[in-house]
Amino acid sequence: MELSLAIGIGALAASGVWLLLRPRTFQVIIGLSLLSYAVNLFIVAMGRVRTGAPVLIAKEIGDATKHADPLPQALVLTAIVISFATTALFLVVLLASRGLARTDHVDGQEPEA
Amino acid sequence: MSGIANLVVAPIVLPLLAGAGMLLLNGERHRNIAAAVNVAATVALVCVAVILLGMSDSGHAGIREVYRLGDWPAPFGIVLVLDRLSALMLLLTSILALASVVFSLARWHRTGAHFHPLFQFLLMGLNGAFLTGDLFNLFVFFELLLAASYGLLLHGSGLARVKAGLHYIVVNLVASLLFLIGVSLIYGVTGTLNMADLSARIPAIAAESRGLLEAGAGMLAVAFLLKAGMWPLCFWLPTAYAAASPPVASIFAIMTKVGVYIILRLSLLLFGEGSGASAGFGGDWLLWGGVATIAFGAIGTLASQDTARLGGFSVLVSSGTVLAATGTGQVSVTGGALFYLVSSTLGISAFFLLAELIERGREPGADVIAVTREAYGEDDDADDAEEKVGMAIVATMGLLGVAFIGCALVIAGLPPLSGFIAKFALLTAVLRPSDMHPGGAVPGAGWALLLALLVSSFAALVALTRAGIRSFWASPDRTVPRVRLIEMAPIMFLLIICAAQTVLAGPVMRFMQATAQSLHAPAGYVSDVLEISAQGSRKAVGK
Repeated sequence: MELSLAIGIGALAASGVWLLLRPRTFQVIIGLSLLSYAVNLFIVAMGRVRTGAPVLIAKEIGDATKHADPLPQALVLTAIVISFATTALFLVVLLASRGLARTDHVDGQEPEA
Repeated sequence: MSGIANLVVAPIVLPLLAGAGMLLLNGERHRNIAAAVNVAATVALVCVAVILLGMSDSGHAGIREVYRLGDWPAPFGIVLVLDRLSALMLLLTSILALASVVFSLARWHRTGAHFHPLFQFLLMGLNGAFLTGDLFNLFVFFELLLAASYGLLLHGSGLARVKAGLHYIVVNLVASLLFLIGVSLIYGVTGTLNMADLSARIPAIAAESRGLLEAGAGMLAVAFLLKAGMWPLCFWLPTAYAAASPPVASIFAIMTKVGVYIILRLSLLLFGEGSGASAGFGGDWLLWGGVATIAFGAIGTLASQDTARLGGFSVLVSSGTVLAATGTGQVSVTGGALFYLVSSTLGISAFFLLAELIERGREPGADVIAVTREAYGEDDDADDAEEKVGMAIVATMGLLGVAFIGCALVIAGLPPLSGFIAKFALLTAVLRPSDMHPGGAVPGAGWALLLALLVSSFAALVALTRAGIRSFWASPDRTVPRVRLIEMAPIMFLLIICAAQTVLAGPVMRFMQATAQSLHAPAGYVSDVLEISAQGSRKAVGK
């Protein structure tokens, strides 16, 4: 479980960084999305990986180590919403740039070959 | 909780309500109402900030107001903390906001939709970031202010702004992701996100977890330093600031200071004295990074061909200075740095506003041509059509000149204005490191900082003099710009505050030193946040 999660986060982050460094705005936005997935998974992982454990302590306060930590899940929800919103905003700017510059290069002009 | 204590949340609620209310107005037709609401809300914010500053400074050393948002005790609930530093930053923000919103009324607020709501949301994010006592909330407020700033940077549109805005957004989105990684690493190690609780728990962190903790703190620092514009994370900054419309650039002068503020707060709170093995973490990085930033900024000011870019590089010099001063880890240097922070932010903000008024009188690109002409030694006087555009009074040029000299004095740090006192306080503190090394020699890093400060002042002086000569003396072909009172007043307002800071240097310096002392003694902050909350929880149980 830990291993597959770690590999997943690593693969997402690596492809995200690679795409982020590409010269086309669409690649950049996909890179940002992949990176934000990696970060969201990372936040969940920081609350310790545990399967099937309850989040809330039910009746008697038992062993706290048997419960999942609810806080990272709340954090990750916030992070997802925010990254979604900023990605949407970035998409608008991307389109504006495409319209004004007539190219999808991140610098707004094609490099001189 | 008494009525006056509720005022702590006002700097967040007020802009939120004002901004949300303005969204309900139909943009084009009700622009004047929106403008009135914006000005009124900003004036109210200045009043609130003044009261809060009084509250934070009243009574004995470092009284802090802790506002519990959900009325839950501190490590569990989210708190807002008002101390001297946050009150100071609130006041500075609201003053800059007032100046730039009044300036925008002359014409800039008409160049795009939703200027006023975005402006208020930016203020909300800024104030929240200054007040919050919780790392994750800090993230949320950061995103708020960034989202508003994306909109404001693009205000007025045009290819240059969209291009700069695209880079600005990507850089800041990546920084936010780093911020999240840092926050979650710190949470994973310590199990808390409350800043006071973190400060209390960090000394007890086991040695094997320290690596992770410091990695998390380093990630966070990179995210903040990117916003503060530390070299080599600052290449986006001059372009973005130069592309922004003047009132926006003027309020953006405080945005780098948010990063500086957080670095100052967290490095002293989490890694100050008494934080165990991690004490002083990152101090050297801040010091040398700051010095490198000053150097980069100084070279940039000399190389920049247009006035707005010159302002952008001055922003870098200013945040580099404060970062380097933070890195020295001495109380008196921090006090001087705070004085410098206020004065340089006011000066640069006024400069951004002024730059546009000066530019208005000449054809676009004239600066570039002038510098190139200097470099290549061609002196051809431009053939120019004298088209005087109304209100060509001599007083306009005189006023602009006086304002320019004022800005230049503040930014370069020459007497008699506040910039000089700020630099003087910094240099004295660096040369007399009494509180850390009693009787010791000035460390090598101190000399480096000293040199950087003096050289950067000189560079700023040269660059500003050149810009001044170019715009006021050496261009007889220029038309006198049409300047309205409403545009001149904010610049004068900012400069008068600089002058007031000079005249009242004694009390202001005392306040800054008191701020620095309470920052360097994080135990007071921790006990205020956690203890007051403990009493509150007892009260809640009693009910």
